[in-house]
Amino acid sequence: MASTTTLSAPGTAPVFWDDGSHHPQQGTLLGFWLYLMSDCLIFAVLFATYAVLGRSYAAGPSGADLFDLPLVAANTALLLFSSITYGFAMIAMQHGRQRHLLAWLAVTGLLGLGFLSIELFEFSHLLHEGAGPHRSAFLSAFFTLVGTHGLHVTFGVVWLATLMLQVRKRGLTHENKRRLVCLSMFWHFLDVVWIGVFTFVYLMGSLG
Amino acid sequence: MSASHQHDHAHDDIGYHATLRGYATGFGLSVVLTAIPFWLVMAKVLPPGLTGFVILGFAAVQMLVHMVYFLHMNAKVEGGWSLLALIFTAAIVVIMLAGSIWVMFHMNTNMMPMPDPQAMRHMP
Repeated sequence: MASTTTLSAPGTAPVFWDDGSHHPQQGTLLGFWLYLMSDCLIFAVLFATYAVLGRSYAAGPSGADLFDLPLVAANTALLLFSSITYGFAMIAMQHGRQRHLLAWLAVTGLLGLGFLSIELFEFSHLLHEGAGPHRSAFLSAFFTLVGTHGLHVTFGVVWLATLMLQVRKRGLTHENKRRLVCLSMFWHFLDVVWIGVFTFVYLMGSLG
Repeated sequence: MSASHQHDHAHDDIGYHATLRGYATGFGLSVVLTAIPFWLVMAKVLPPGLTGFVILGFAAVQMLVHMVYFLHMNAKVEGGWSLLALIFTAAIVVIMLAGSIWVMFHMNTNMMPMPDPQAMRHMP
């Protein structure tokens, strides 16, 4: 535009005061982190609901009656292992080893599916015993909190499969690396939420 | 963000630095911090009230471990904005959780023993 060139003398290079140096290098990663923080608030609300309603059994079963701690321990182990396998995937990504990356992502996805299978088994078992979300305020809060986490893991697995296809098709491009970093944050964040779930819901619920 | 800072990064750097050592440390600590609470509850080592406080402490420490070693959280990520958002969120979460539990606990204790009609007549 002609108006911008009038700022500098004719024949000299135009001066741009905004050299872009104050922009964050990775707006996406900060934005995704902010999304995770807002997701954290969703879980905080559900945890607060559970904290308030978690002892309202309506003469129904309590956590100590229902929870199968060895099963929860297995679930926790699966999720913890999936965190470190995703870490291995990220290290493979940094070294540009695409095949290693895909293999570790596949292992992570399978561990995630294992987690979901155990959780669905637990839920169906509870429903079969008549301890569904309709039974008491405690069970409503329980299914909402644990179910929301399970839904997040489900979408994480879908996202992971999508990214595996993307990497297979287009290779380790800058965009794909950025997506993989976002998913790593999502995946590790879900593990952090699960720490709260197994401690606050399962372990403290089993204390009676 | 100074120009020299930008030169620290390679051109295809996505601002992410995972190390095998970091992940191994985080994983080792997590396994210990998970196993001890499960053991405390399943083996009934301590009285229930004390166990509750202890396992909540373990959970808080493990969340920090995950933040540092898996989510690579420190004061330098995104020029400190990530940490600031995290601290802000943590403050909201603490207020929300503590406030809900505190308020509802008091409402419950005030509601549970239904006052008899005789006493209710003298209430303000």
